[in-house]
Amino acid sequence: MNAFAAIDRRALALHLAVIAVLFVLQFVLPAYHHGIMARILVLAVFAMGYNLLFGYTGLLSLGHAMFFSAGLYGAGLSVYHLDWSVPAAFGAGLAGGLVLSAAVGFLALRTTGVAFLIVTMMFGQVAYLFTLYFTDWTRGEEGLTLPQAARVLGPLDLTDPTTRYFAALVLFTIALFVTLALVRAPFGRVLVAIRENEERTRMLGYDTFRNKLGATIASGVICAASGAAYVLLFGYFGSSFAAVQYSILPLLWVLVGGAATTLGPLLGTILMFYLVDLSNDLLNSRFPDWDVSYLGIVGVALVLLILFFPKGLLGSVRDRWVRWLP
Amino acid sequence: MTGKRTSLLLPNKNLTRRTALKGMGAAAGLMAAPGFVRYSQAQSSEPIRIGFQAHRTGIGAAYGRWYERVTTAAAQAINDAGGINGRPLEIVTEDDGTDPKRGAEVVEKFANQHKTDVVFGTLFSHVVVGSAPAAGELKMPYYVVSEGYHVASGSLNRYVFQPGITDVKAQVRAVGPWIAENVGKKITLVYPDYAFGHDHRDKFPERFEAAGGTVVGLVPIPPTETSFTRYFPQIPSDTEVIYHVMVGPGVLTFVKELGEFYGSSGPKLFGFIDSLEAVDINSPGLEFLDGSYFWEGMPRYLQPDASDAVKAYRAAVGIDDNGASVNDPKDVSTSAHMFGCWETLYIIKEAMEAAGYQGPADRAKLVEATEALTEFPEGPEHPQGLKVFSPMIHQSFGQQYISQVSGGKLNVVHTTSIEDGMYEPEADYTSMPL
Amino acid sequence: MAFGPYLFLATLEGLVMAAVLALTALGLSLVFGVMRVVNVAHGEFFMLGAVLAWAVATTVSGHPALGFLAALVVSPLIVGAVALVSERLVLRRVNYNPEATIVATIGILYILQQLALTFYGPEARPVVAPFDYRIRFPWFGYSAYKLSIVAASALVLAATWFLLARTRIGLVMRATQFDAETATAFGIPVDRVYAGVFAFGAMLAAVAAVLIVPIQQAHYLMGHDPLLLSFIVVIIGGLGSLRGTIVAALLIGLSDGIISVFFSPTLAKIIATMAVALVLVFRPQGLFGVAAR
Repeated sequence: MNAFAAIDRRALALHLAVIAVLFVLQFVLPAYHHGIMARILVLAVFAMGYNLLFGYTGLLSLGHAMFFSAGLYGAGLSVYHLDWSVPAAFGAGLAGGLVLSAAVGFLALRTTGVAFLIVTMMFGQVAYLFTLYFTDWTRGEEGLTLPQAARVLGPLDLTDPTTRYFAALVLFTIALFVTLALVRAPFGRVLVAIRENEERTRMLGYDTFRNKLGATIASGVICAASGAAYVLLFGYFGSSFAAVQYSILPLLWVLVGGAATTLGPLLGTILMFYLVDLSNDLLNSRFPDWDVSYLGIVGVALVLLILFFPKGLLGSVRDRWVRWLP
Repeated sequence: MTGKRTSLLLPNKNLTRRTALKGMGAAAGLMAAPGFVRYSQAQSSEPIRIGFQAHRTGIGAAYGRWYERVTTAAAQAINDAGGINGRPLEIVTEDDGTDPKRGAEVVEKFANQHKTDVVFGTLFSHVVVGSAPAAGELKMPYYVVSEGYHVASGSLNRYVFQPGITDVKAQVRAVGPWIAENVGKKITLVYPDYAFGHDHRDKFPERFEAAGGTVVGLVPIPPTETSFTRYFPQIPSDTEVIYHVMVGPGVLTFVKELGEFYGSSGPKLFGFIDSLEAVDINSPGLEFLDGSYFWEGMPRYLQPDASDAVKAYRAAVGIDDNGASVNDPKDVSTSAHMFGCWETLYIIKEAMEAAGYQGPADRAKLVEATEALTEFPEGPEHPQGLKVFSPMIHQSFGQQYISQVSGGKLNVVHTTSIEDGMYEPEADYTSMPL
Repeated sequence: MAFGPYLFLATLEGLVMAAVLALTALGLSLVFGVMRVVNVAHGEFFMLGAVLAWAVATTVSGHPALGFLAALVVSPLIVGAVALVSERLVLRRVNYNPEATIVATIGILYILQQLALTFYGPEARPVVAPFDYRIRFPWFGYSAYKLSIVAASALVLAATWFLLARTRIGLVMRATQFDAETATAFGIPVDRVYAGVFAFGAMLAAVAAVLIVPIQQAHYLMGHDPLLLSFIVVIIGGLGSLRGTIVAALLIGLSDGIISVFFSPTLAKIIATMAVALVLVFRPQGLFGVAAR
């Protein structure tokens, strides 16, 4: 028991330190990186939600864009068409994620492995088509913007960079500690057991379907929270966020950062963003004559990264050096 | 397969676009390094920095390439003539991947890292709409070249302008009566089943029907479609004209399948060139288009009556008489839209000079100065033709070209007047706070 | 158009779509079935096949059929070589770990798209069909080349079936698919089988692309849709089942074609996608074949 407590104390200290660093960063980051970091923190929540299902439960979904979009559209449409306040709209986004993930989980969890991957991908495609089918309300691929005046939380203007960063950090902190608590709780242990050997877990008397459904819903709601925050903080929602790319991206962020690590999703999201951003800078400043875009550089970087860190950055770090990393 | 590299060469000079910007870009990269605290005191000789949001990758890349070439040519022309207020123009390019999320990030990068004076050049509607909130929050004047109805509809904000190209609503209103009088009265609309297509569906009928036409069929095509034949039976048999607007690489299939379906006995065709931009009209499979009509923002093929301004513009951007790159006849331009980049840069110049623009602190003044503009006369700066600017909706109105495919070329058969496309402003940006 | 001919046309279109799907899914089915890795770059091998077909066809002068036939030979060979190189240099080094393979193949996807963008460009370009004949039905015309794709697809499927079921190569592949460890114990060079299967799967994708490019166009982003649809076909059909792949392609192609007769287009897509997804929900092991592991 003492060993567990020690691990938890170390892990807790690490997570608190990460939050502290993120808090301090806002005072030192130049304006551009300050703004970008707010976006990254919100999207890292999306990746953390994905990680809960993929990393810890071992369920590979290719449809998580629909949960992100449920939050995005749930919040965005209720502000745009119903003039709801920010908290109410955020609640609508979460509710959208809850209902959708429960329904999708109930159906898709009848399958396992690659069949689960395909079914979630197809449900995701259906969700994407719905955003287009209701173009009269959503403006389809073009999307809609929320006026600045509607994006206020009491006295706080969410379009102000400082407020926005702080809001993103609060959301990220909540999501991080919720994830940490979930994976450390008996529920999380059962999820890992399911990932390692579902048959044996079932024989031990656990209702694996119910646990997996719980994981899907938790994952869906966290992703929806990210989507709802994204539209409320940054003011745009459109079909492209529901397309399959936004299902592949969280998978990529999680794998790059390290699946089944609590901090991997953040690291992966940061890394992928700066890979693209710095590739563009490098090409613009050093190789302006090359007919190359970020695609080529990011492609090579991903291949190299996976050759040297096959379990993602933090996954490989945990394997080699820091065994206690959660 | 090879030879594409040469197509990036600046048309008439042996200097690449990117080389021209190399020194500037390197300096920008250095100054923009994280943690490097900067202040921008506008020196009289310091360049005016224009952030160019380019579709270098993603679905818009074929357009993006030409938007970049035209922008480079226009910047050079402006610089050769003394720049803006005596200050040289510098184009800072960032790839937005034709993605709205990245688009917004790029606007932030221009404002906070590159410290550009304005942002300009976006084409795809979803990138414009996705970037608009960032432009509004950062109070960054944002001049788009998109032809979407998003700006004119009033749904964006005071910092977004579209002065260099007309919008969809004006385009479809302008061509409607001419179609009814010259091509046929019973029309079926074939359009993509999302916002851009719905704008065509919703805005076209009014003036077309006023001129005696009837819309007899609507055939929306889902965006994920790669084959179209199965939708053709929905075209009513009494259709006299098929009106088609499809954006995306599937257009060749569309035209080919239409030809196979109807043979030589089908309805007449009126299309929007959008989907055939950067595509050779003589491509195999497009024979069926012979005799059909197209809307063009600006003629692709050099017309016999072309003005000197048009000829000078074509020479500067490097397109031959067929509208293809002078370096590679297979590299067809996006002629019907890219002129907007040229004209928009001149409008930015005019507005900056009117505002006495010194630096980022004058951005609000620049917005007001742009809103004070009313007309852009035809000439070297506006080769496409006269434009009338509506400050309330931040949108220009201009003439449209209708061309017929004959002898493997697009020949202009009618030029609409500006009034044909005009409509009452449906919003008022000037009343919004700056 | 009357209902009967309309349905006939929709069926015809569905059939062509099914043939195209079966063809594109075939290579993925092999790679996925034998190696058990999700190759996200599979669609890009398809794209590369189409782009190379354009390059070869425009280089060869004379009758369009000559260029087309040259492309049918050259393009798959080059694509197979590219696949072999990426398998040896990347996939083998991550030990075909499922998760690492996803990241690695996303990287390869980016690299291949970059190569196409740099050397081919962002435009969509057509390849001339080897023959141009329009079948005249009483109600509408239809491309004979499109129908010939159905025959070509059947031919390629039959050849693959023969290879898998009747040759020693097929036996080795099936043994590896069934149980790689036991296969190793029996002296099968699993490592080389994997390399061969990966290259062969990519070549099949390239063959499909060459056949399809006269009715679609080569474009550097075209690999996306075939990838998703191929995955669906492979899983619905049941892993490792050639028969299942064909039935699944027919199911998806025909349902997509025929449902579009009755509903507005986007709604039809929604219903068709939903229907196919529900097939999998209630029959998770696919139509044929064993439960996916």
